[in-house]
Amino acid sequence: MSTTPRLTALDALHRSLGATMTDFAGWDMPLRYGSERDEHNAVRTRAGLFDLSHMGEITVTGPQAVDLLDYALVGNISTVGNGRARYTMICQEDGGILDDLIVYRLGETEYMVVANASNAQVVLDALVARAGGFDAEVRDDRDAYALLAVQGPESPGILKQLTDADLDGLKYYAGLPGTVAGVPALIARTGYTGEDGFELFLKPEHAEGVWKALTEAGAGVGLIPCGLSCRDTLRLEAGMPLYGHELTTSLTPFDAGLGRVVKFEKPGDFVGRKALEAAAERAETAPPRKLVGLIAEGRRVPRAGMQVVFGGEAVGEITSGAPSPTLGVPIAMAYVDAAHAAPGTEGVGVDIRGTHEPYKVVALPFYKRQK
Amino acid sequence: MSNPQQLRYSKEHEWLSAVEDGVATVGITEHAANALGDIVFVQLPEVGSTVTATEECGELESTKSVSELYSPVTGEVVEANQDVVDDPSLVNSAPFEGGWLFKVRLTAEQDDLLTADEYTAFTAG
Repeated sequence: MSTTPRLTALDALHRSLGATMTDFAGWDMPLRYGSERDEHNAVRTRAGLFDLSHMGEITVTGPQAVDLLDYALVGNISTVGNGRARYTMICQEDGGILDDLIVYRLGETEYMVVANASNAQVVLDALVARAGGFDAEVRDDRDAYALLAVQGPESPGILKQLTDADLDGLKYYAGLPGTVAGVPALIARTGYTGEDGFELFLKPEHAEGVWKALTEAGAGVGLIPCGLSCRDTLRLEAGMPLYGHELTTSLTPFDAGLGRVVKFEKPGDFVGRKALEAAAERAETAPPRKLVGLIAEGRRVPRAGMQVVFGGEAVGEITSGAPSPTLGVPIAMAYVDAAHAAPGTEGVGVDIRGTHEPYKVVALPFYKRQK
Repeated sequence: MSNPQQLRYSKEHEWLSAVEDGVATVGITEHAANALGDIVFVQLPEVGSTVTATEECGELESTKSVSELYSPVTGEVVEANQDVVDDPSLVNSAPFEGGWLFKVRLTAEQDDLLTADEYTAFTAG
C-alpha cells in the first residue's frame, strides 16, 4: 500500500495560507490555519470556508439506480425528490453500520452518494457488489469532484454574490446545479457544522478559483478559512455523529439512537433487513446504551475511549470529547447505560487518566442555531 | 518563529531562563504551542514539589489532544503561574513571556540543554 498522502486540488493554496496539515484517511488535509477556536467561532457567528475534497463521491445511474440504492442502503431512497438530499446509512448483513451517507438525487435516474473519506472505498465496493442484477451503474467519482463548504450565518449572503442560483428557494437538504463564480457547480444546502451553509461540488480544476472568489466575497463579513479541527468541534456541539466514533460496524443504527433512518416500510428486501428488525425489537424490549451528551463541571477534557463512571463503576464510554468554544467548557458524547442516561442525571463522572471528573448528563445537541 | 537567545531549550520543547539566585523559569516554546493548537487546560506541578529533569511534571490539554509536560531541570518548584491556569491561551499568545509555567530552584545543573540556535536547528530538522 502506498503511504504517499493524497493531495486535494487546493493543496498549494492551503500551504500558502500557512495551514497546519494533518493526515486524514490517507489525505493530507488542513487541520487549522490559525486558532481552531477562532475558526469555530467564525462559523458560529460569521462564516467559514472548508476544503472537504477528501469526501468520497460515488455516482449511481441507470433505470434501476433507485432500486439498487433501496436495496443497498437502509433508507427509502425512492421517496427522495429530484434535487433533494437524504441522510442515510449503509449496513452490513448483520446490521452493523458500514458508513453514514448523504444521497443527492441529481436527476430522474441519477444519484450521488457521498461517503466519509475513511469509508469511501468500503462503500464503493459494497455498492458495486450489491449492484449485481440491477440495471444500474456505480461509478467512482472521487477524482471528479472537489468539495468546498461555506458555512455560517453569513454564508447565503456571500454565495449570493457569486451565483444566479435561487438560494432562497433552496431548502435545507436540497441541491441544485448552477454556476458559482462562473463555473458549474452542484450547490447543496448541507453541512456538518450545525449552521446554515452550502456545500459546492466542483471540478477540481475550478476549486482554486472558487475558493478565491468566496474568500473575496466573504472578506467584508469576516469569512475565514477553516480546518478539520474546528469542523470536529462544530459537529460535536451540534450532536452530529462521526463515523469511527459514534458509529461503527459493531453498532446497528438502533444502538446508535438513529433507528429512524431505517425504513422497514419500503418495498422489497434490503441488505441487513433481518438483523435490523431484530435490533429494533431488542431496542424496544431491552434498551441498549444510549448516546447522551456530557457537560464538564471542571476543565479537563474527556477523550474517545475514556470510561464514564458512576459510584466507582463503569457505566459507559466516551465516543467524542472536546473543549466547546461555544459553551466554554469541555463536552462529550458517550454511550451510557440506560439507568444513567436521563438528562439531568447527576453523580456521573469521566475517568480522565485516573481521576473521576464530575460531568452532567444532558440531551443532545449541545447547540442548536436560532432560525 | 524566533527562539529568544537568552533562553536554553530541551528536546521536549521546554525553555529555561537564565538562573538568578538559583531560580529559573520554565515554559514551553512557541514551536510546541503552535503544534499543540489552542491550549485549554494546564496542570502545573505544585509549589514545594520536586521536579526531575526529563520527567513528567504536569499536562497541557489542547483542543485535539493532551500532552505531558516535562521538566527541563531538577529542583524544587517555588512558583506556578496562576495566570496560565486561569487563562491557558496565554501559552499560545505569549509562550516566552506571560505564558511561562513555573519557577524552579535548581538542585542540579542540567548540562545537555540546547542553545537557541541549536534548538532552532533541532526543530527545523
